[in-house]
Amino acid sequence: MGKKIVVKTEDLTKKYDGVTVVDRLNLEVAENEVFGLLGPNGAGKTTSILMLMGLTEPASGTAKIYGFDSTREPLKVKRLAGYLPEKVGFYDTLTARENLRFIAELNNIGAAESEPLIEQVLKSVGLGEVGNKTVNKFSRGMKQRLGIADVLVKKPKVAFLDEPTAGLDPEGINQIIDLIGNLPKMGTTVVFSSHRLYEVQRVCHSIGILSKGKMVVQGALDEIGRDAMTEGRFRIEVETAEPSPQLIGVIKKIKGVIKVAAEGNVLRITTDADLRAEISKAVVQNGVALIQVKIQEFSLDDIYMKYFHEG
Amino acid sequence: MLTILRKELADYFTSVRCFVLFLLVFIASAVAIYAAYNGIREAAIDPGPVFIKLFTTTGQDIPSMAVFIALLVPIIGIALGFDAINGERSSGTLNRILSQPIYRDSVINGKFLAGIVTLAIMIGAIILLVGGYGLRMIGVPPSAEEIVRLFIYFVSAVIYGAFWMGLAILFSVLFRSLAVSLLFPLAIWIVIGIPASVFNPYINFLVPAVSDSVGVQLMVARLSPYFLFEEATQVLLIPVWRGYALLTSTTTSSMLPNPLSLDQSLLIVWPQFTVLIALTAVCFAISYIVFMRQEIRST
Repeated sequence: MGKKIVVKTEDLTKKYDGVTVVDRLNLEVAENEVFGLLGPNGAGKTTSILMLMGLTEPASGTAKIYGFDSTREPLKVKRLAGYLPEKVGFYDTLTARENLRFIAELNNIGAAESEPLIEQVLKSVGLGEVGNKTVNKFSRGMKQRLGIADVLVKKPKVAFLDEPTAGLDPEGINQIIDLIGNLPKMGTTVVFSSHRLYEVQRVCHSIGILSKGKMVVQGALDEIGRDAMTEGRFRIEVETAEPSPQLIGVIKKIKGVIKVAAEGNVLRITTDADLRAEISKAVVQNGVALIQVKIQEFSLDDIYMKYFHEG
Repeated sequence: MLTILRKELADYFTSVRCFVLFLLVFIASAVAIYAAYNGIREAAIDPGPVFIKLFTTTGQDIPSMAVFIALLVPIIGIALGFDAINGERSSGTLNRILSQPIYRDSVINGKFLAGIVTLAIMIGAIILLVGGYGLRMIGVPPSAEEIVRLFIYFVSAVIYGAFWMGLAILFSVLFRSLAVSLLFPLAIWIVIGIPASVFNPYINFLVPAVSDSVGVQLMVARLSPYFLFEEATQVLLIPVWRGYALLTSTTTSSMLPNPLSLDQSLLIVWPQFTVLIALTAVCFAISYIVFMRQEIRST
């Protein structure tokens, strides 16, 4: 890939009280893409992000953001990267704007620059109208959006969002996901963790699935589906009026068919190529009424569930 | 760090907590002035400067200003410090702030400094209130020496408060629960922060064999920051006072009850001062080290 790798970990490992939480994690995220870090609760997503942000020390291995070591040069990393914690909190008695102003000040952004920036960021997350309200009047969804505004105020090159949609209603989730999808256009690479697949599928360019601290699958979204599930094979389902043993024999002889299993009126055929045309021809030629032929597409869901069950 | 200091100060001054503390301060000042009003006439007959007697004169049943300050200051210190770190942790703001490009220690430094500034403002307010109102009441202006004595007293009260705040911050670093980090310093305050007169029977009870010796009693009592502060207060505000030194009855009887000069008083309280500062520094240092090494995970 000709893309520039901006987030990179090498054998990143973290142990808490002797329990390995993150186990030799190797992760690469290219510039201006959205990377989805998937995994069940306790898979090590948060710990990985904390190590990448330099907020917790790895037991071994390195994490680098734009070439800066997160453990040794945390300040440089924190200047480049923004972090939205899982349970984001704000100073309740301050207004949304004051909260953002405080963060801008901590980032040494002068008042002349920060005021229009805060205005713009609040507008971009849809909180332009309520910027002067104190945060304790905010709903969960508004707080989460303010959290994203809070990350954006420092104009990060990389944004780490830890479960940004947790605890939100569907409307809130959509808003957040749309916001995330727009970040690469503004020059921000996004790494976000989630255990909800469909939202990751919507915006991510590539994903990594963590299970028990290990990265089990990683790659571009369209590439990894089939590989992970069937080791490069296809699965075709053929529904007929009544399948005969003879028909199964014929299908088995088609070149490329690996396995045929009958299940009621449905034949599950494993092949190494898309043989739908050949199979339907064989069915019709054998005088069996063909009801439908379906090639099984593997959604991320299947992959995800597979690793969940293994884990 | 200045940003954090400013924000913390703004937080303190707009909080209900601070309002309550200020209210407490004003009530205490009013009561103390009333006490001084009742007692100052007899007190003025004794030798020594009159103005600072405002702070040590007791009414019939009302304790003096100095006693009020000694009781109030720990409460203020604990109230300011007990949720410094774990409050931010539980509200989820701590990791958000630590992910900004600042050093981790500037968070705790900023909080500690903001606490000291708040303490200084409160204690300064009490002293100025009592001083100002007392000036109207008795019409005797303070001498330069008295002003210096009051200022040193003010500084020692701030250090005493800083000790309790440092202790509270330490527990707020160590424990995640707000209730625990509030109760711990309060419990410690009740055990070691109560007046020495109440304290002595405890020592008698705990170390019966050695308690006959005044020296041992004194040594044990001086472990308590309250006792140290009380001693410093007495010496600074009552120039005639010579501290709880070990004196035989012959020395006491031949002693002239004249006020000590400022440098002599300072000489007496210097060890107390040093120990108070050291205790504060130890509390802060431990919380600092623990905080720097602590995991930031909120869950």
